[in-house]
Amino acid sequence: MAIEDDVLVIGGGLAGATAALAAAEHDADVRLLSYKQSTLRHASGLIDVLGYTPAGEGPLAEPFEAIPDLPEGHPYERVGVDAVREALLFFDAVAGDAYSGAHTESNALVPTSGGTVKPTARYPAATEAGLASDPRDTLLVGFHGLPDFDAPLAADHLEAAGVPFAARGVTLPFPGIRRDDAKVTRYAHILDRDTPVDTGVGEAPARTALAETVRPHLESAARVGFPPILGDENAGVVRRDLEERLGIPVFEVPSGPPSLPGMRLEDLLYGALGEAGVRVTTGVPVVDYELEPAADGVESGAGDGDDTDAARIDRVLVDRKGREVPYRASEYVLATGGLVGKGIRSRREPVPTDGVDDAATHGTGDDPASSPAYRSSVGSDGAPAEPRTATGSEVDEALARRSGRVFEPIFDCHVPHAPDRYDWFVDDAFGDQPFARYGLTVDRELRPLDGEGDLEFSNLRAAGAVLGGYDYAAEKSGSGVSLATGYVAGSRAGERATEDAE
Amino acid sequence: MSDTEQPTDDHADDEFEPIQVFPEPEEMDLRPGADNCYKCSTCDTNCPVAEVDDEFPGPKFQGPEQWRLKRQDDHDIDDSVMKCSNCMRCDHACPSEVPLSQMHNTARGEYVAENMSKRSLEYWRNRLLSNYGTMARIGSKVPRLTNFVMGLSITKLVNDRLLGITSEREFPEFATETFRTWWADRGGAAIQSDDRRVAYFHGCYSNYNTPEVGKAMVRVFEHFGYEVLVPDQRCSGTPMYANGMLGDARRAAETNVPELAAAIEDGAAVIASCTSCSMSLRQEYPELFDLEGVHEVSDNTWEALEYLRVHEDLEAALSGTAVDLPDLAYHAPCHARNQGLDGQAIEVLDAIDGVDAHDVGDSCSGISGTYGWKSENYDTSMKIGEEMFEHMERADADTGLTECPTCAMQMEHGTGYEIKHPLQVLETALIGENDRSETGGGAESR
Ligand SMILES: Cc1cc2nc3c(=O)[nH]c(=O)nc-3n(C[C@H](O)[C@H](O)[C@H](O)COP(=O)(O)OP(=O)(O)OC[C@H]3O[C@@H](n4cnc5c(N)ncnc54)[C@H](O)[C@@H]3O)c2cc1C
Ligand code: SF4
Ligand code: SF4
Repeated sequence: MAIEDDVLVIGGGLAGATAALAAAEHDADVRLLSYKQSTLRHASGLIDVLGYTPAGEGPLAEPFEAIPDLPEGHPYERVGVDAVREALLFFDAVAGDAYSGAHTESNALVPTSGGTVKPTARYPAATEAGLASDPRDTLLVGFHGLPDFDAPLAADHLEAAGVPFAARGVTLPFPGIRRDDAKVTRYAHILDRDTPVDTGVGEAPARTALAETVRPHLESAARVGFPPILGDENAGVVRRDLEERLGIPVFEVPSGPPSLPGMRLEDLLYGALGEAGVRVTTGVPVVDYELEPAADGVESGAGDGDDTDAARIDRVLVDRKGREVPYRASEYVLATGGLVGKGIRSRREPVPTDGVDDAATHGTGDDPASSPAYRSSVGSDGAPAEPRTATGSEVDEALARRSGRVFEPIFDCHVPHAPDRYDWFVDDAFGDQPFARYGLTVDRELRPLDGEGDLEFSNLRAAGAVLGGYDYAAEKSGSGVSLATGYVAGSRAGERATEDAE
Repeated sequence: MSDTEQPTDDHADDEFEPIQVFPEPEEMDLRPGADNCYKCSTCDTNCPVAEVDDEFPGPKFQGPEQWRLKRQDDHDIDDSVMKCSNCMRCDHACPSEVPLSQMHNTARGEYVAENMSKRSLEYWRNRLLSNYGTMARIGSKVPRLTNFVMGLSITKLVNDRLLGITSEREFPEFATETFRTWWADRGGAAIQSDDRRVAYFHGCYSNYNTPEVGKAMVRVFEHFGYEVLVPDQRCSGTPMYANGMLGDARRAAETNVPELAAAIEDGAAVIASCTSCSMSLRQEYPELFDLEGVHEVSDNTWEALEYLRVHEDLEAALSGTAVDLPDLAYHAPCHARNQGLDGQAIEVLDAIDGVDAHDVGDSCSGISGTYGWKSENYDTSMKIGEEMFEHMERADADTGLTECPTCAMQMEHGTGYEIKHPLQVLETALIGENDRSETGGGAESR
């Protein structure tokens, strides 16, 4: 027996979580299955919708005005600007007070730990008092043990960027932590629990001690910014407590990975998943699938006409440490992320040697690293591994040495890419990197398309960074695309699954 | 302590000596794994020890960084690796598939082999703790006496002062009858079947301490018409990896792998009721031991509910059954998480009327096998467990649920709750209350 649900979402990042929540709105039984932790853990926690156009214009003040001009194939173009709005409303309802920015369609400008200013659509409430459009004079506080946030440098950069306030930075010891590579979770934990710490002149609760350390440096500052370590489970309480003690607003400056705001967003989403009754399974990857036996002659289902001849996925196989366990649903959402999430992989050696051979997908099984073939087949460069399907392309010798393959490892959905690896990147580091746009092409319902533009499967939709046609890092559109496409893919999957069930 | 390794049968055994049986850790090439690390620190933010222990450098250092250092020169393994509890949460976290726990296990093995004095009390204490099966086998021969002696405050004091085994914990009681004795007295399998056959890997704990879990396994599988085999077996190795005793673990594997492979050859699937045992057979065995049959064992091992769920219509079988457990506080063991089993117990038990199991959150229980038994780790262990205790206390009833015997110990220790295994709940639902009086006499025909 397979483990059965109506909708199965593969991938537990922002796109997958949003898709699962949206599908659950349709009273479908939903399961979210995720291999490892997602990029939420190192993303900043900001919800960027669109900060720059693909041509690099920006920062954009009005992202929604720019969306209709995006090129064909961009995920926002696929779902349409209204769906992006709806998805943000959906997010606002899930996030509640934890996020700000819902009052306007314009981008907010948020100072980052590098001292740059970033356009974003929604930001954690803890970031609110720090907005760069706010003219209040600002003190930034960094800690010796957290070198990633150099407060004096960030303050200088902000002033140089022309912010409408005076910024000053200091680096202080964090009471209670001496080692210089303590984890951010440790800082947060101490503040969460207000653990008594040694201040040098006796013990004091951590928040009191921190406030006392900062107070002498406040001078004329009207707000004070910290790296994002102000609590985890009790972050709201920690911040208000510090505000009371210091007498001025306290905010967090979003930073790079590892990022507590990202973890808090993850907690928030997974809490909502629990409440929505979504079943969550983690720690194991989907490695393969099986098709429904073709219904000979009879075209089943209430097809829209366009998907009647596309194959249907019957079940996916999940590798539970060597064991392949079937999971079955009527609709599937693929939200496995891009290169970082491992939803898209690339490999150096390329050329399919023998034809289509499904058995080869699983490797030989005698690899002492025990890794399921899934891992070994896509592992280190040069490892002999069989591409899932051979496209039969005949590549000449010279190209063969430089050629590579970019692929989607579960369903082998079509990923358009240059066969020559030398064409994946351009020399100019700030140039338009083709590689960044690699991903699946989809129809307007987000169903993946093959090389001919036909549906790969009728009951698979894709969302988030696994999609092609956009460069989230350059556009600052990562979270927005995940939200919008996750929302659309999940809603459609939920609708379809409940229709099918009737 | 002569015949350390034979928990189940009595042939004399080779004296164990602290020699390196395991292939040199350097032979394992984990460098590609280290190169996969892109330093995102996601692992560090998941490490329960680093979160509460200022002295512990965390998995990123322990794993990829240490491996890189080692490659550059003849770098000794940092002693902090002994603080890692082997909870494997870092494995579960890493988005880049760095084999962290394999690195920790190998590093710990090397550290113990090369840097830890074989005369130190710490070494022997660890050896003792990780060979729990041996202690248990001796102890359970005279369970009442052992329970009495272990409960004495003088014993605890000696353990604590001399050996560094914390006196804060109550030693788990030995059952008056081990699972294997019960099994033998009952005449073995009650059902014979050629096409429905499973081999039970009970592990040490459900043999010596909680035979009711083993009995529940047998009754539930027999209820579904399976022939249950109980092959000879030794410890799964989990406590040994955590203590760097890879030689001991390998010796145990040398018994387990052929025994289980033979059962598989006979058409059985291997079933474990402890999620650390299934984890070890599935992942650590093939990662660490190049033994014949190790992959067959890995590929054919299942956790008990997992197997039933995939091979039977468990939901249909449970619908209409009822058990009165309206508020069960469920903790998913870290090792269950890594096998994709985190939501399973709650999902399955949901089909039983009157059972309402709540997840108490994804924190670590903090005990991690032998880790929380060491005096020097006790406080850390309880700090890690704090979050779970708090969430458990919020539950109305006073029954906990988990698959892992040491998590169960910690849950009981921190809250005083009675802790059940999901199989026991299934047993009550499908068959009725565990009939404890059942001894020998062959088939039960309910
Ligand atoms: C360092 C960093 C910083 C970023 N900062 C920002 C920012 O400030 N603002 C912003 O808007 N965006 C940011 N982004 C981008 C943003 O996080 C992502 O673009 C986007 O949210 C991707 O989400 P996702 O859900 O599609 O994929 P991911 O978050 O990558 O999640 C994919 C999930 O799928 C799982 N998975 C993969 N393969 C399988 C399989 N075979 N079976 C089961 N599960 C599988 C993975 O384990 C993972 O959990 C950042 C990204 C990175 C890497
Ligand atoms: S999570 Fe993986 S990639 Fe990230 S720092 Fe840890 S080992 Fe490296
Ligand atoms: S196994 Fe657990 S304790 Fe050890 S480094 Fe990894 S997360 Fe930390």
